[in-house]
Amino acid sequence: MRQATQTLRRLRSPLAQTRYQLKVLHQPIETHAFPSFADTLRQHGKYPLKRAKLEILQLNLGKLCNQTCRHCHVDAGPDRKDEVTSKEILQRALELIRIHQIPTVDLTGGAPEMNPHFRWFVEQCSAICPHIIDRCNLTIITAGKQYRDLPQFFARHGLHIVSSLPHYSKNRTDAQRGQGVFEASIEALRMLNDVGYGQPDSNLQLDLVFNPTGAFLPSQQCTLERVYKDKLLRKYGIRFNRLIVITNMPINRFLDYLLQTGQYEQYMQTLIEAFNPATVDGLMCRNTLSVSWDGYLYDCDFNQMLDLKINHPSPHLLDIDIDSLEGLPIALHQACYGCTAGAGSSCSGEIAS
Amino acid sequence: MANDGYFNPEDLKRFGEITRYQQTLGRKFFDYYREVFKEGALTVREKALIALAVAHVVQCPYCIDAYTEECLKNGADEEEMMEAIHVAAAIRSGASLVFGVQMINHIEKKTM
Ligand code: SF4
Ligand code: SF4
Repeated sequence: MRQATQTLRRLRSPLAQTRYQLKVLHQPIETHAFPSFADTLRQHGKYPLKRAKLEILQLNLGKLCNQTCRHCHVDAGPDRKDEVTSKEILQRALELIRIHQIPTVDLTGGAPEMNPHFRWFVEQCSAICPHIIDRCNLTIITAGKQYRDLPQFFARHGLHIVSSLPHYSKNRTDAQRGQGVFEASIEALRMLNDVGYGQPDSNLQLDLVFNPTGAFLPSQQCTLERVYKDKLLRKYGIRFNRLIVITNMPINRFLDYLLQTGQYEQYMQTLIEAFNPATVDGLMCRNTLSVSWDGYLYDCDFNQMLDLKINHPSPHLLDIDIDSLEGLPIALHQACYGCTAGAGSSCSGEIAS
Repeated sequence: MANDGYFNPEDLKRFGEITRYQQTLGRKFFDYYREVFKEGALTVREKALIALAVAHVVQCPYCIDAYTEECLKNGADEEEMMEAIHVAAAIRSGASLVFGVQMINHIEKKTM
């Protein structure tokens, strides 16, 4: 498997600094080319956007990943070895999950399975939380001997697996995620199917993620799901439950791609023109708390990557009082237009179909 | 608006302006157009692939850009899109070649 690109950090790109990214994202407002996201919400009577009841604790277990996909909003990659969540932070997360009976825990990264405490955490968490999502990039399952039993481990703990496969064609997938990723992903999907994931008579849920392999918006989730199911079953004998459609966010490597290819302004324009007020109430930042590898708190994983912390005087997992979150105004920015375009986009797919 | 040449990509965004001198007909056209491309007996994806193929036959650069993007949005890949335009090209060349029979008929009529 070959890497699709290198991390912005390794390339010493100015975009590796979140402050620079925010400057790029907010520049066109200063020249009045794009309306600010906050103003757009105001126009539709949706401002300020406030946090609702906490339902999902999303833990980003680190930026370490075996892949370096070209669109990655995390800027994850194999070189980010020093940014992985510690056991202390995970202990605290378990405590909060237990005390507040948080119904869903969502594990993401990087490749969450590369965190040395991943299996320990899942074992502890599955005893106290009814729904654990693992955002598995598939290829990690085939990346080495120590990972090959992951499908059995996932099944044993009833994890809900959500995996990116941006296309059912090898060309499109490899162009975004790296040469050889498609074949490794198909092998991993077969292994997941073999232990019962995605099978009609099983409770083991396997969802795939479609995100556009370029600077365009995705189409309807239901149409794409039908095509995916048909193609993957006919050609590879693979089954899965739902297809989740996610819009690419102009953050980190996808922002870099847009700038490098001269498509940034046009993409932002497309997102802004497709603003759909019906998506706002269902935005994931309203019911999710996102935790970074070092324990800081954000309204969503995108804000985490832009280092826009929750609007709270102590935005850290070790200090937070969960009950004080509801009603806090959400930290907004121009990339938010990515979540409200068309049918909307969140970690669980379309918002308003 | 001043324009230096034909086929300015920016003009596609102004397509709506064709209602300018004939609102009734223009609006009816857009209503019809919207209705045609809705999910029906054919999926929006199948319709996008047909539109892409037809766009090549009518050689409309606006439609080619628009329906290339529409196909990608709907998850079509390069192979499917290229095959679709081959279907259009095959019909187009077939439609020329079938007249070869008329040519043969005429040759037979005119020659010994
Ligand atoms: S998109 Fe996912 S799999 Fe790809 S580099 Fe980023 S974290 Fe890793
Ligand atoms: S990026 Fe999306 S999820 Fe995050 S704060 Fe903005 S609208 Fe909410």
